[in-house]
Amino acid sequence: MLKNINFVSKFKKANIASILIFFLSLIFIIFKGLNYGIDFKGGTLIEVRTDTSVDASSLRDTLNSMDLGDVNVKRFGKEGDYLIKVEQKYNNDNKLIFKIKQNLTNNLNADIDFRRIENVGPKVSSELLESSVIAISLALAAMLFYIWIRFEWQFSVGSIVALFHDVVITLGIFSILSLEINLSIIAAVLTIVGYSMNDTVVIYDRIRENLLKYTKIGISDVSNLSINETLSRTLITSVTTLLALISIYVLGGEILRGFSFAMILGVIIGTYSSIFVASPILQFLKVSSKTLDKEEEKIHP
Amino acid sequence: MLNFSKINILIIYLIFFLISIFSLLNFQSKENLIIDKKVNLGLDLQGGSYLLLEINSDSLIEEKIQSKVIPIKKLLKDNNLDYSNFKINSKNLSFQVQDVDKFELLFFSKKDNSVNPYIDIYRSFELDYKKVDKNQIEVFFSKYGLLTINNSALKQSIEIVRRRIDDVGTKEPTILQRGEKRILVELPGLKEPERIKKLLGKTAQLNFRLVSDNAEFGIDELISENGESLKISKRIVMSGENLIDAQPSIKNQRNEPTVSFTLDRLGAQKFGRATTDNVGKRLAIVLDGNIISAPSINEPITSGNGVISGNFTFQEATDLALLLRSGALPTPLNIVEERTVGPDLGEDSIKSGITSLIIGFILVIVYMFYKYKLFGLIANLALIANLLMLVGILTILEATLTLPGIAGIILTVGMAVDANVLIFERIKEELKTEKSVLHAFDTGYSKAKITVLDANITTLIAAIILFAFGSGPVKGFSITLGIGIVTTLFTAYFLARHLTSMIILRNNNKEINI
Repeated sequence: MLKNINFVSKFKKANIASILIFFLSLIFIIFKGLNYGIDFKGGTLIEVRTDTSVDASSLRDTLNSMDLGDVNVKRFGKEGDYLIKVEQKYNNDNKLIFKIKQNLTNNLNADIDFRRIENVGPKVSSELLESSVIAISLALAAMLFYIWIRFEWQFSVGSIVALFHDVVITLGIFSILSLEINLSIIAAVLTIVGYSMNDTVVIYDRIRENLLKYTKIGISDVSNLSINETLSRTLITSVTTLLALISIYVLGGEILRGFSFAMILGVIIGTYSSIFVASPILQFLKVSSKTLDKEEEKIHP
Repeated sequence: MLNFSKINILIIYLIFFLISIFSLLNFQSKENLIIDKKVNLGLDLQGGSYLLLEINSDSLIEEKIQSKVIPIKKLLKDNNLDYSNFKINSKNLSFQVQDVDKFELLFFSKKDNSVNPYIDIYRSFELDYKKVDKNQIEVFFSKYGLLTINNSALKQSIEIVRRRIDDVGTKEPTILQRGEKRILVELPGLKEPERIKKLLGKTAQLNFRLVSDNAEFGIDELISENGESLKISKRIVMSGENLIDAQPSIKNQRNEPTVSFTLDRLGAQKFGRATTDNVGKRLAIVLDGNIISAPSINEPITSGNGVISGNFTFQEATDLALLLRSGALPTPLNIVEERTVGPDLGEDSIKSGITSLIIGFILVIVYMFYKYKLFGLIANLALIANLLMLVGILTILEATLTLPGIAGIILTVGMAVDANVLIFERIKEELKTEKSVLHAFDTGYSKAKITVLDANITTLIAAIILFAFGSGPVKGFSITLGIGIVTTLFTAYFLARHLTSMIILRNNNKEINI
């Protein structure tokens, strides 16, 4: 169905592009930073549905008059729906939300439905950030460990570089576009880690099988052959996963939009990286049929 | 790989039916439950409030360290230890003592030590001390002493939080301990958490204290309910601990809402004595450091019944009565995290979640059919079976379905076909070199096996880590994702393989398109 594409000849260009985008992402993450949501920064988030007489600026004016600190109001989905974010200024004011509600209802003289309210204190938000960082690090470590026991160390290195590539570029794009990082984005990043690994493993499995089968050809030809052999699977699975994700992105509502966007990015980047990042690294590390542990032949017929 | 014994087939389909039948339980009517199991909806889908409360034990520790002053002074005096410069600080007591060694010996005696009890379970004393200078000593709570204070305050707080919430009468609240200092409260279906937050925000320490100029016990200047500044003695005539009941009532002449209370025997005695001795004086009713009212004592009250008035609305009187009935919290509670979802947003989320699930499902099914025709159909049947089993397992576990959880199901739909795609692609390759169709399928299945396992285990690892670290809705995502992987492996490797084998065997080894 698919022609034999010479991927290896494109490795060099792809690698240069990957390195550039990777460092660009890193620069953005470090210098522009990530736009943390209240989950990680603390603060208050209020989703309101109003009749159409209320606009964003009147909401903003009312809130600014309360001296709450940094207030951010933006349209959220339908007309009349707004998302209000209030920075953490006062520590543990149990009445803050009550005051905001009262002020909005009294001042705007309109029907306001408070659809969602989230308030995260500074201590909880820093704990959530900490545990998210631990979770992602642990996931990367677990993947590394799994590949290490299933394959040789060169494969471990290759897959972990591909994972870093995926996670950093996904976060970099979030930084460039100033998209919010919240708990569900972390869930998306972890799922991307799983998905990207999944793709890489399929190609690696085939590379190893072919290395043992064709002991006379070098790693670059084996890589090319293996990528081609698994290509239609790689594409079909990416397509079905993307179909499901696009369905969530378009129809799943505002709350899941960031999550599904991160996942869509991640699936595309993950598919790319298992071909153009994970495979070249094996070549770079001079993997050959001789470096394979012959013991494992018995496990992998 | 294509041969199934009858008993294997029986087991495979039995497992499938037994598990997927549970998914039907979610459709049974509420009136006649056959088996009372169903998937619970998370707060983000059914609406409700999630509160994380944290006890603040600073004031309690201050109080507790103060309560050690008299016993320690007594210990020093009884044993003829000269001390000087005794100071009470917020977290420790400091003083100078000549014979530090003797003090240490007494301080850490395990026998009948009422000053510094030995906590058996932690193998540690309640208090510890350090030498700041040659003779200067600081006494403070040891790590385990603090832990004990914290633990008991937390346990007590949970009990009182539960009483207050039960008293308000919300449906199926969840109240759990989280870590060493926190209480998690989930209130499904609650639209307005403000009242509960207000009730939980009050420690509700009630004191009766005389208005007086007598400075013998110290004096607080407090503002009364009508704005006058009053001098209130620090001596507590009676506290809320002696209350056994409190109810809102309309009892006074002006038909204002009030709170009537009933005292226990000890309380009635104390109250009777105090009111008898102080007829004509004013008695301030102080709640959490604020005066509710300061009425004059017209006559001795010895019955153990009383009335608190204080310009209440009926709601305020009801809430005050509730707070007094449930008892005082040992420490103030801070709300460190709150998430409230209105019921209509929850409904919208369910709708959009289900819509995107159905559309995503249809897109994947059509694509698979287009790609693999007959075998696409098998993959699709496996996918449907997969969904039924996934929901069935969620039902058996009575798991909580959240909006990210629905996203996890949709993602499973997209990724579940991967197992069959891997297998079909492998078979295609085998068909190129292998003459026998039967043989090609057989080797295809066995060669793809390890890859399928490897690929799914990586996603499973991610799901497990998410489950361990995620909170609330994210946990819901990891549950559906993780279970989805298990059901995917089952349906691809048993159900789909059996269906494929039936086609291949019936096909009599003729050519076949995949």
